[in-house]
Amino acid sequence: MKKIYLDYASTTPVDSRVLKVMLPFFSKKFGNTMSLHSFAQESKQVLEESRELLASFIGAKPSEIIFTGSATESNNLALKGIAFANSKKGKHIIVSRIEHPCIMESAKWLETQGFEVTRLPVDKYGFINPNDVKKAITEKTILASIIHASNEIGTIEPIEEIGKICRERGIYFHTDAAQSFGKIPIDVNKMNVDLLTASSHKIYGPKGTACLFVREGTRIEPILHGGGQESGLRSSTVNVPAIIGFSEACKICKREMKKEIQRQTKLRDKLIKEILEEIPGSYLNGHPEKRLSNNVNFWFKFVEGESIIIQLDLLGIAASTGSACSSVKLEPSHVLLAIGLKPQEAHGSLRLSLGRWTKESDIKFVLKVLPEIIKKLRKISPFK
Amino acid sequence: MEKTGIYTKKVIKYFKKPHNYGRMKNPDGVGKVGNPVCGDVMWLYIKVGKNRKEKEIIKDIKFETFGCVAAIATSSVITDLARGKTLGEAMKIDKIEIVKSLGGLPPIKLHCSVLAAGALSEAIYDYLTKNGREIPKDFKERHQKIKKEKETIDERYKEWVKIEEKMHADEKI
Repeated sequence: MKKIYLDYASTTPVDSRVLKVMLPFFSKKFGNTMSLHSFAQESKQVLEESRELLASFIGAKPSEIIFTGSATESNNLALKGIAFANSKKGKHIIVSRIEHPCIMESAKWLETQGFEVTRLPVDKYGFINPNDVKKAITEKTILASIIHASNEIGTIEPIEEIGKICRERGIYFHTDAAQSFGKIPIDVNKMNVDLLTASSHKIYGPKGTACLFVREGTRIEPILHGGGQESGLRSSTVNVPAIIGFSEACKICKREMKKEIQRQTKLRDKLIKEILEEIPGSYLNGHPEKRLSNNVNFWFKFVEGESIIIQLDLLGIAASTGSACSSVKLEPSHVLLAIGLKPQEAHGSLRLSLGRWTKESDIKFVLKVLPEIIKKLRKISPFK
Repeated sequence: MEKTGIYTKKVIKYFKKPHNYGRMKNPDGVGKVGNPVCGDVMWLYIKVGKNRKEKEIIKDIKFETFGCVAAIATSSVITDLARGKTLGEAMKIDKIEIVKSLGGLPPIKLHCSVLAAGALSEAIYDYLTKNGREIPKDFKERHQKIKKEKETIDERYKEWVKIEEKMHADEKI
């Protein structure tokens, strides 16, 4: 059976060009960056070159890039690190209702440590209103953290505007760009951000590495204490093979971004248009245009998401759902509830995310089988 | 037991080609359990007939389910288990028998087997009450329990809706 992968927002395969660059760093060039011998110097040099490349990709200085182990770690470091370093100024933090669980849960934990959290609502497309950020800021506010582009519904937030407000009011501004990094242009200065999270495995790099941009002069405390790697902000032996892979993945994204945006947008729009035409009772989640070029998210009346996913999987198509039944929790996606879907509607959601190797024939195959799957599940459903 | 993803092959088989689904015209009893908010709703329809010994049996049975793979598979398997059985036998079908017939269920999906067993007993209960029959004490208790659980979920849902509505009202300010 032919396999079609449409879950690139979840993770991506490592590009063979990336893997090739990484391989020597496992067994031959394996030195610890903190040692003094020649093995170490080689690793140290590669690490700093990777840092420079990553920095130049987002308009930052090399010293402002902190390599971490995952986007979750970067987000934890941003929230907890800023919170604890600035608690004397105030203990109020602003996030949105559509953040990734690692932001949501960090914020929730900070509440148990005496911090106060405001969770901003979004409109029906998932947009945060910059004015809401302005209104939520008090003299106790130290940080706002708003996702750059939603991992579930692909909506791209007005980060530049929100950043401007935060700067005017003198609070730190973090954005989780795990989904957008490498897919749309990012410039930390233009976007007015003080901290930004980027991930490797979402852009055809290896898992196990990510980074946090921390603007020079930002007051931040580390979470991991130890040997003082990464300017003391992330003690741990540096994962050089993964980091060089990450930087190579960035290089490729930079080179191919423009072409990929055009190509994927075309495929995305074909999927959206034809699903809406072919499947009655189908609704697009997120904004029709202001969304990532690789994200398609729908909900279908009267059917449940996991059943759709497994039907697709039986035909070789890998997709995902924000539905409750597929996870340990019984609640449906908090993002879909935040854009105003009722729980029973949110249960019927399907996310198809495109990537570097998605072809038009893949999209055509999905369009051929999906209407039948929905029809079949509706025949079984008591709701008509 | 061989598995496909988190499910056994048997679960997938029942999910792929469910037996006895669809609405039944003029059923003798209907059992409705679950809540769309939780993502699982099962409606079970039965027709009651008599066997050669003049005992009442489940002559025909159909289901309609909104839910995940496990919800559809358990609905399908319970129709197979119940068909042809006397009402007394059918009342005894429990979650353990359902899970066994499917070669197992992932722990987080075990509630689907409870739901399916509940749907069948509710359908039988509906038939018995409609026909003014005497209802065994333990069976009545079971019905009360299912009813109470449903009300608890509905109550929780009401709270949830209130919170959601409030949040969305706040947005408009």
